[in-house]
Amino acid sequence: MMKELVVQAALANFTRVRDFIDEQLEGHGCPMKHQLQIAVAVEELFVNIANYAYPKENGDASVSIDFEESPKAVRIVFKDHGIPYNPLEKADPDVTLPAHKRKIGGLGIFMVKKVMDELSYEYKDGQNIMTIRKYL
Amino acid sequence: MLNITKKAEGSKLTVFLEGRIDTTTAPSLDDELNASLDGVEELVMDLEKLDYISSAGLRVLLSAQKTMNKQGKMIVKNASEEVMEIFEVTGFSDILTIE
Repeated sequence: MMKELVVQAALANFTRVRDFIDEQLEGHGCPMKHQLQIAVAVEELFVNIANYAYPKENGDASVSIDFEESPKAVRIVFKDHGIPYNPLEKADPDVTLPAHKRKIGGLGIFMVKKVMDELSYEYKDGQNIMTIRKYL
Repeated sequence: MLNITKKAEGSKLTVFLEGRIDTTTAPSLDDELNASLDGVEELVMDLEKLDYISSAGLRVLLSAQKTMNKQGKMIVKNASEEVMEIFEVTGFSDILTIE
């Protein structure tokens, strides 16, 4: 069964989103290691929406989660009605550079790609729809 | 929730971090470090009780590392397996001096 949380896309709501996802994962006995990895992905994606989706007005972000059987996986879907933006098109940072050449930032989406098993993006009916999946 | 405890011994500063460094807590760590690094030649970040770090936290560590490169060294120690994994996938395990 899919559970959904809709909040205003604002950084102030980040902890609500985090707690919502944590509760669902705990309810399904998700191992702590996976829970932390999923938390990283959820934070990066929600913060992206909160920071960039609605530059001029307030808008909502929807976060939904469900669990799949065979194979066992968790699927989380982010939706917003903000400006079309596909985070997967962002070039990966060069993670081999030494500190003095590293830019501060640009790591968020890269981390999502690393900690999750599947990511997909579509823009449909005026919505950004980002789906991430992790096998459990 | 992030608790920051500092212990200064001469030019050595140890910062103990407990909880999570995320979007909501990273700014307080950044402020704390910016206010504390004057004259510090050895900065030790003790992550034994750190449960979680996101890219917002990595940005703060990178910024501290850059500051310390100019005036001394920074050592990260006691990172948990989960935090180490984040360092590894992001290449931070090569940038940071991890003990």
